[in-house]
Amino acid sequence: MTTQYTADHEWVRAEGDAHVLGVTEHAQQQLGDVVYVDLPEVGRTFSSGEAIGEIESTKSVGELFAPADGEVVAVNDEVAGDPTLVNQDAEGAGWLVKVRFTSEPELLDAAAYQATLS
Amino acid sequence: MPEILHTPLEARHTAAGAQLTEFGGWMMPLRYGSDLAEHAAVRERAGLFDLSHMAELRVRGAEAGAFLDHALAGRLSALELGQARYTLLLAESGGILDDLIVYRLGASEWLVVANAGNRAVVAEALAERVAGFDATVVDETEEIALVAVQGPASQAIVEAIGLESSPLDELGYYRVLEAVFEGEDVLVARTGYTGEDGFELYVPAHAASDLWDALVRVGTPMGLQPCGLAARDTLRLEAGMPLYGHELSTETLPAQVGVGRSVALRTKGDFVGREAVEAGPAADAPVLVGLVAEGRRAGRAGYPVLDGDAEVGVVTSGALSPTLGHPIAMALVTPGHSGSLAIDVRGTRIPVTIVDLPFYRRQERA
Repeated sequence: MTTQYTADHEWVRAEGDAHVLGVTEHAQQQLGDVVYVDLPEVGRTFSSGEAIGEIESTKSVGELFAPADGEVVAVNDEVAGDPTLVNQDAEGAGWLVKVRFTSEPELLDAAAYQATLS
Repeated sequence: MPEILHTPLEARHTAAGAQLTEFGGWMMPLRYGSDLAEHAAVRERAGLFDLSHMAELRVRGAEAGAFLDHALAGRLSALELGQARYTLLLAESGGILDDLIVYRLGASEWLVVANAGNRAVVAEALAERVAGFDATVVDETEEIALVAVQGPASQAIVEAIGLESSPLDELGYYRVLEAVFEGEDVLVARTGYTGEDGFELYVPAHAASDLWDALVRVGTPMGLQPCGLAARDTLRLEAGMPLYGHELSTETLPAQVGVGRSVALRTKGDFVGREAVEAGPAADAPVLVGLVAEGRRAGRAGYPVLDGDAEVGVVTSGALSPTLGHPIAMALVTPGHSGSLAIDVRGTRIPVTIVDLPFYRRQERA
């Protein structure tokens, strides 16, 4: 499955008619040890650019921004219980939410995202 | 913008996989891997820090003691040889220009250690205040590297690198001795900023890598872990130690932020800032308090502190305490509160309780 990225350091992957979202490997490295994640409730609707979650490390707070309008259809309860999953596997087991978009997100491919980091 | 400075150990940090960040005008290691693991290493075994960004100013001369008594808030002339003291550089207004460690190294020689970000302020203030005294101030920041070993295993580690020195057992807390490491003069101070027993080693910059390598070699089997600024910050916060730019600033008088004891009002004559410190802060000036909360969500620097619906202060430093497992914070709040307040964490009220500082105190050595 192709993973795409946002300029706000999230990754997005289509799964059926929904999309899985998380923070990128680069973002977790910048954050340091993640000690708390605050995830939205299932059913919450959001607009593009809205912060729908928070990822706190010992040093700082990162936000999960919605790349389009939509609705939360699932959240990763495992990562809520063990926030270190974000550090261990940011773009896999450390996924944060599943959403259904109602507008088209503007996403970057891996190469374009990598280019924003340098 | 002035040029970014690099510590003589930067290649070591890069090789060890450190994430570097600009801090106080220097590129410094933020963390090598996990800052929680680095924090735990200092509490349980030992951590190794590169603090070469700290500013060192050497003060010498027949009237060096009298000059420091005039320029700083502590009575530094009263230090014995080999003694260190935490002290403050005050503005005329009584506001804090920097907090310092001062070591007495000789009959007419002292070493003043300042925060990296305040190097220019301290150097300028001392250069100005030395006028009329038979003393000189030389900024040796870039000639001196500073490496700290902190944690319960630190004495065993520093002993194992083969210093030529008197026994470290005889070196008391806030004392310094002269030693030799592979032919280089080293100052070994029993000081630090983590709440643990530990040593700060001042070495010529060109010898820093050899010293670092030796500490890593002998220390690694004893659990020594290189540590970055992230761990240093959570360690000092747990220990209730104020940080310039957070708890301390030109806007705060020493009595507001728990460092009033560093001001030698009773034991010395005039010094810069004395009049303002004597007059004291306004009755309603905010005071530094410790706050603890339940859960995992931390109030952080800049977040408002609330009493009911009223905003009564601001968090100066806050984090989830790695050692204690709950959120801790220092905050400047208006006086007179007791018991329960709240921190506004990005729109959510987190109830907090006022506690005495420090949050964490190490077990004394048996």
